[in-house]
Amino acid sequence: MTAIEVQPDKDPKTRPERSVTTGGTILRLLGLVVFTAFSLFFIYLLLSDGYWPLALLIGVITILINYIFLSPNAYPMRWMSPGLAFMLLISVYPIAYTIYISFTNYGTGHLLPKAQVIDILESRNYLPEASGTLNYTVFRNDTTGEYALWLVGPEGNTFFATVGDEFTAEEIGAGALDEDSVPTSIPGWTRLKKAETVRNITAISANSFGLEETAVQVTGRLGQAARLEQRFVYDPEQDAIIDKRDNIIYFADMTTGFFTAKDGSKLNPGFQVTVGLKNYQRFLTDPTFRGPLLLIFAWTVVFALLSVLFSFALGLMIAVVFGRNMPGQRIIKSLLIIPFAVPQVITLLVWRGMMNPLQGVIPRMLQEIFNMPVGWPPFFSDPIWVKVALIIINVWLAYPYFMLITSGALQAIPTDMYEAADIDGASPWQAFRGLTLPLLLVAVGPLLISSFTVNFNSFNVIYLFNSGGPPMVGTATAAGHSDILISYVYKLAFGSSTQQLGYASAITIVIFLMMIVVTLFQFRRMGTWEELENA
Amino acid sequence: MTTSVDTVERKAAQSTPGWRHSKKARFRINLAIKYVVAAIVLTFSLFPILWTISASLNPTSSVSGQTLIPNPATLDHYRTILNEPFGLWMWNSFYIASISSILVGIITLMSAYAFSRFRWVGRSQLLLLILLIQVFPAILAMVALFSILQQIGTYVPRLGLNTHGGLILIYMGGAMGINVWLMKGFFDSVPREIDESGKVDGASDWQIFWRLLFPLVRPILVVSMILTFFGTYSDYLMPRVMITSASKYTLMLGLYNFIGDNYSQDWGPFAAGAVLGAIPMVAVYLLLQDYIVGGLTAGSVKG
Repeated sequence: MTAIEVQPDKDPKTRPERSVTTGGTILRLLGLVVFTAFSLFFIYLLLSDGYWPLALLIGVITILINYIFLSPNAYPMRWMSPGLAFMLLISVYPIAYTIYISFTNYGTGHLLPKAQVIDILESRNYLPEASGTLNYTVFRNDTTGEYALWLVGPEGNTFFATVGDEFTAEEIGAGALDEDSVPTSIPGWTRLKKAETVRNITAISANSFGLEETAVQVTGRLGQAARLEQRFVYDPEQDAIIDKRDNIIYFADMTTGFFTAKDGSKLNPGFQVTVGLKNYQRFLTDPTFRGPLLLIFAWTVVFALLSVLFSFALGLMIAVVFGRNMPGQRIIKSLLIIPFAVPQVITLLVWRGMMNPLQGVIPRMLQEIFNMPVGWPPFFSDPIWVKVALIIINVWLAYPYFMLITSGALQAIPTDMYEAADIDGASPWQAFRGLTLPLLLVAVGPLLISSFTVNFNSFNVIYLFNSGGPPMVGTATAAGHSDILISYVYKLAFGSSTQQLGYASAITIVIFLMMIVVTLFQFRRMGTWEELENA
Repeated sequence: MTTSVDTVERKAAQSTPGWRHSKKARFRINLAIKYVVAAIVLTFSLFPILWTISASLNPTSSVSGQTLIPNPATLDHYRTILNEPFGLWMWNSFYIASISSILVGIITLMSAYAFSRFRWVGRSQLLLLILLIQVFPAILAMVALFSILQQIGTYVPRLGLNTHGGLILIYMGGAMGINVWLMKGFFDSVPREIDESGKVDGASDWQIFWRLLFPLVRPILVVSMILTFFGTYSDYLMPRVMITSASKYTLMLGLYNFIGDNYSQDWGPFAAGAVLGAIPMVAVYLLLQDYIVGGLTAGSVKG
């Protein structure tokens, strides 16, 4: 503190405050203009590609930054403007997005908004039967190997169709025509013989030749091709899709998110619709969803509570036992920190290997001690054993942290309080219970709570060890006996072949609300505590 | 746990009344018990670590054939893992974590300064908001983050999906977090008289921040940056979702994909990679132990 030197301005006549401010103001405004110009350009790009949520978000950020840098009232927030911008983009926006998704049916089969689904459906073509067939001859490009068709229409008109483009005979410099009106040679292309065409028919028929709107495909009859026609047409008036091939009308159903025909058949893919509170109702009322969710919730709470309790107890014990004047305690504590310093992913994968029932060292040792067969204990396949293993691993991961913070907190307790207790004839245990523990809990209480919230969502531990397994039987969605809420959410959202992002979002929001309640409770406590200190 | 130890100690003392008065003897028994406890705890804590080191030196590369004492010890697994793009993964993790921690450090430091030194409407609400945003379970945020990177990547390819720039961008979004609280607390402990003295001499806020306060808060900045570095270095979920090409893997993603489920074949080389990947972090932890512990406990022990 003594090292601080305020360097006075060299020239006492100038008022540094002013000069800095005006120079700063110009720079600030210039920077603001450049920033705003860039973001407006970016917003324009985003909008032209239809990414309007992100465009909106960047717009909000730009307005906010402008306000912060122009309004004197917002001066302090200038210091945190980059942080706020990134927070809005990376943290707040995903939360808002998740809330929105939780009210929709977003998931497999309903991944896109309605307009895009219509686009997809309208881009589907079909090959009309026997409507104005064209005779084709296949050519192959000498360098790229791609195919092209020489086509002869019913009226004898001819053209050359590559994938994505059409040419006349002159444009490609075609040679003389034979009796079928097919050029004997085209520069750069080789004419395929019938046999060769037959051999490659699968590859050839996978292509659409010519311009996209009037694309030509080869038909089932050799040598005959036809123009594709658009199969589905959207009719805005009826809000329906008309299937021109089968002459069926599919009406948009805004509750299920499908175009549905009278007979109940649906067009795939479906589209995104808002479903209100359905996702939330589902886990409250539907037994096939509620059943596993209740089990998972119970285990999540047990897992988080026991992890915190055991790690705290173990950390505290070590801090107390090795606390004072024990020779070598520093080295011991340093060694005990090592598990905490190794990246979690590594240690979890190591534990996974060590606990492997068939090969791992821990089951092998236990088998020897308890004289049990190979495969025991079933750390991966038994619902109870996997939970035991997870709590052991999690305690192993977390207790060095509690050892550190309780050691620190213990040192902060004044020694004269212990002397007073000693004079009063208190036993060490009484001193611990009556003095150490209460003071300690005041100090580390908030950390216990935040540790609980961390464990409540410790995805890595659950997922890397056994992916939440073993699986539960007879549930509506994939769920495992050792799944906690967050790993269950992961499975719902990304884990299996059917993604249920709407339902997963609803559970996420519920977890979020619970965490907010816990954190606010903790904040209250800290708040009052601070007030007491300041008084 | 504490209960049992204490009871044991007391029982030991009570059962031999003659020793009760001999302080020296009691101290020795206590000490002996403490060392026994230490041995047990050390075994629990260090066994997985030692087992990994042993696996990396064992001649077998399978989980099942491994013995605690490698016989004979060999460096083969280190050669195997170094033949993988292991060095590349490690370098990727290193520079992503370095850049992230520097940028996050700057953002955090300036924000904490403002929170500590200025008062404005909405200040405490903003502090609380930062705390609450932190507890959002990040798994589903992946969906939104994925689309953000995809869209940004359309125009700025270096910040898109499957880029390190995109990954760093996401890490910067987490800058306004618990670290701001940590640093704000530290700023609060620096007396305001220092600011006042600067103001008297006509220094601007920036000068006060940079010349007067920054040197004082540098230790906590270092701690916070190290913690951020470790956090990003050990992160696995973000890279897994955002990074697809093997040449861009981070160390954790690379190691995870390397071991897969092949504990019977790749265990030895994996252990070698684990040891190499963990050494820098463990070394920094042990060297800067006191600083880091100070940072971790700042929330608990006030003042």
